Amino acid sequence: MLTKLTGGKVYDPENGIDGEVRDIFIENGRIVSPSPNARVDHEYPLHGRVVMAGGIDPHTHIGGGKVTIARMLMPEDHIGHEVAGTELTRPGVGHAIPSTLTAGYRYAEMGYTAAFEPAMLPSNARQAHMELGDTPIVDKGAFVMLGSDDYFLRQLAGKSDFSAIKDYIAWTMHAAQAIAVKVVNPGGISAFKFNQRKLDLDEKHAYYGVTPRDIILTLARGVQELGVVHPIHIHGCNLGVPGGVETTLATIKGSEGLPIHLTHIQFHSYGTEGDMKFSSGATRVAEAVNANKNVSIDVGQVMFGQTCTASGDTMRQFVNTRSADPKKWVVMDIECDAGCGVLPFKYRDKSYVNALQWAIGLELFLLVNDPWRLFLTTDHPNGGPFTCYPHLIRLLMDKTFRQEMMRTINQDALKWSTLASLDREYTLYEIAIMTRAGPARSLGLKDRGHLGVGASADITVYDDNPDREAMFATPELLFKNGELIVRNGKIVKVVNGATHVARPAYDASIEKPLKAYFDDYLTMRMENFRLPDDEIIDRGRGSIVIQPTGARAS
Amino acid sequence: MQDLKSEQSRNGANHFENVACPFCGILCDDLEIGPSATGLKVLKNGCPKSVAGFERPLVEANPQIDGKDVPLDEAVALAAKLIRESRLPIFGGLGTDIDGMRAIMKIAERGGGVVDHALSEAQYRNFRVLQSSGWVLTTLTEARNRADLFIIAGSDIHEIHPRFFERVVCNEASMFSDAPPKRTVVFLGEGLDQSAVTGKRIGEIVNLPCKADRIGEILDAMRAMRKGATITGDTIGGLPRAAVEDLLARCNAATYGVIAWAAASLAFPNADLTVQAMSEFLKEINTTSRFAGLTLGGDEGSPTAGSVCAWQSGFPLRVSFANGKPEYDSERYDMMRMLAAKESDLLLWLASFTPDLSPPDTDVPMIVLGTPGIKLSRTPKIYIPVGTPGIDHAGIIIRVDTVVSLPLRKLRKSKLPRAADVIASIEAAL
Repeated sequence: MLTKLTGGKVYDPENGIDGEVRDIFIENGRIVSPSPNARVDHEYPLHGRVVMAGGIDPHTHIGGGKVTIARMLMPEDHIGHEVAGTELTRPGVGHAIPSTLTAGYRYAEMGYTAAFEPAMLPSNARQAHMELGDTPIVDKGAFVMLGSDDYFLRQLAGKSDFSAIKDYIAWTMHAAQAIAVKVVNPGGISAFKFNQRKLDLDEKHAYYGVTPRDIILTLARGVQELGVVHPIHIHGCNLGVPGGVETTLATIKGSEGLPIHLTHIQFHSYGTEGDMKFSSGATRVAEAVNANKNVSIDVGQVMFGQTCTASGDTMRQFVNTRSADPKKWVVMDIECDAGCGVLPFKYRDKSYVNALQWAIGLELFLLVNDPWRLFLTTDHPNGGPFTCYPHLIRLLMDKTFRQEMMRTINQDALKWSTLASLDREYTLYEIAIMTRAGPARSLGLKDRGHLGVGASADITVYDDNPDREAMFATPELLFKNGELIVRNGKIVKVVNGATHVARPAYDASIEKPLKAYFDDYLTMRMENFRLPDDEIIDRGRGSIVIQPTGARAS
Repeated sequence: MQDLKSEQSRNGANHFENVACPFCGILCDDLEIGPSATGLKVLKNGCPKSVAGFERPLVEANPQIDGKDVPLDEAVALAAKLIRESRLPIFGGLGTDIDGMRAIMKIAERGGGVVDHALSEAQYRNFRVLQSSGWVLTTLTEARNRADLFIIAGSDIHEIHPRFFERVVCNEASMFSDAPPKRTVVFLGEGLDQSAVTGKRIGEIVNLPCKADRIGEILDAMRAMRKGATITGDTIGGLPRAAVEDLLARCNAATYGVIAWAAASLAFPNADLTVQAMSEFLKEINTTSRFAGLTLGGDEGSPTAGSVCAWQSGFPLRVSFANGKPEYDSERYDMMRMLAAKESDLLLWLASFTPDLSPPDTDVPMIVLGTPGIKLSRTPKIYIPVGTPGIDHAGIIIRVDTVVSLPLRKLRKSKLPRAADVIASIEAAL
């Protein structure tokens, strides 16, 4: 069946198309270029409408143990936000931490067709994928966390052969069904288990003697040499610390030109000026990002209101428990593998600190020049729920609206930020880069995030409403693999998205030392740790897309 | 990914290594299982619970209505009719795997019912603390390698998990030292089996026989002392004050301490406050050193039921779909309370692991999906035998620490259906 989307204004940055009126043809789930006399079976007239590829969220905590701990911790997040099922959809709940099904529906209703869980613990990979398997419509994938796991730290401290370290990284990506690798407070989650309370970039881990810098460089080089497209995804040291900007700048400077992705960089851009000893370091961070083409970032914008933070960074989350609101929290050491810290948080527009966090995020968006290296995130749910994205897009596209919002927040905070002086307004083309083409390119999703021939027909159609928040909150149409899923913000069909993985090569002999390690120390067998494809495919609940990796260097 | 040789059956069919055991919450996955004259035999790394579970002979019982054998279709059709006609069905028991629980959620949504696990009362001693104040926890591997002090709080862990001490406390190899330091094991409570605490790793065993319902007092006193309060009186929680001071000194000196409890053992009124006292002590001591709780128990798939219900509905069990939306109330939708108060007119009971997970003795009409031989105090309206995940069919189950989940394997030929499939066919007939 041939479907034609006629006459929309197309924003497809991967193919350099900036608002041109074009027709798009869909057949068998893909974008095609039909012969001129092919019979069109179904046509959608889209004159005046804005057409983009489906949105891709490259960093959103939607599946895995810590998210379900957050769900259990916060019934008050759900009460009042219950959603009944329909003929097509199942019931669910949630404001900041929605249930899995509701998260999938809401992403689709917002025009998104893919969402990536950025913090999958190897020991929790099975559950993370089960939760993603219960997240309908959107494609998904997960970044596996390394760098505080004892196997890696033992390799690094024991000066293992670098190719063995790469084998372990690649093996873990296979075993945990990951598309990328993330490091969280490098070495710090492990150091916290040894009662270290902070770990600066060049501070030694009390037991292993290695530094976060060693860990970052090893993983960055390892991931690159394995040919994994997405660079090491770094949640740096000193999250949320006033003065943490210095660590961020040192991390960029120390990256030695290796590709790195610095995630939720807003939380790592705080200076120590002013009476409150808390100021914006956004200008310096943006300058460094602009000057270093090997660096990509996502922002982790703070949005005002109640949320619940969920992070692998036990070391920093334990400190943050003082600010938990409401006052309850979970910190967990996990399996000689990683950890998690879950605590509710309320960002208040009248709070000096929270208002400044909000301003710093916006500064970063407006000061970083290249949208191909900057992705739109709130680090859902840590900065705020992903359902805030349309509001955030309006803040970026509409200076007048931004200034109105600035008048409502703590005014002292604005004195320590340059936000008021920034005139930039994002264009639709730039938004399409930041929310589609950029994440797809960065994650190595070859047939997603664009509208060229051969791409998966994941397409969002918006009314070109000058109120960009309204426009992006309720797309008129959403197609997933060519099927109409959402019409005027309502789901008309439910499908199951695919799970994207990357499978760099490794030498299978790594399983010999790994098996001994599992047998000696762990409480789970290596054979049971590995997640086979069948568990994801799960009688048709899911499917797997293996994205290409480059050739392995040595 | 290639399977290792060890994963393949050898000596013909029915010989398996690295088998995960679903018969208690810690899910040992190093069992070796082979054939026997009557079925399966645990060849290696067994325990009383796994032997009882795996070696139960296969009985391919028939579905029944009012105690009389009927074809499965007939039982399914009647079950659907009863659910359709019910004002407020309860979907309870829930001794099942991930897919069984997923199927329960769907049918509860469509059937407008309440979801609750048989062991929720125990789980809620923990959940209430999670939802009101939180805690610092650890997991089995972390405790196994790291802890130098274990406090076993009011729970007969050896009875609940016959291999816990062997695998987590008495292990000789430790990741952080070739000559790991000896461990101190404190039994805080009366009548706790210490027989498994043996071997080279064990240094001191300290007995502090207090009543379980006074553990909270002791932990609260220790927290107060840490904060500088002076406690007078000769005893604290029934123990000599000096013994509690000594325990606190051991805690303060520990490199990594662990307090382990099984909520099911804390079977006295308001036991959540005891869990809270332990959790608040853990929060306090973590301001200066490292210490963590280890929640144990989790029999009969209860962590699986709680987790799946939480990720799909937002709430950890005790949720009602009577009005179409998930409606949560941990008191109101307590299944046992509802049955006693006659607030439900139909109970669907699912118990696929052990025959001991009996439904409550109630005159509410019952549909039982149970493992053959399930102990029933009265004949249910409908009985449908189901297979056991990890024996009769494959599945996945979540461990008691709610971090690790393990694959369960089909170990024998069996006609017993998966509970998930039976429930799906009932749902399709609704």
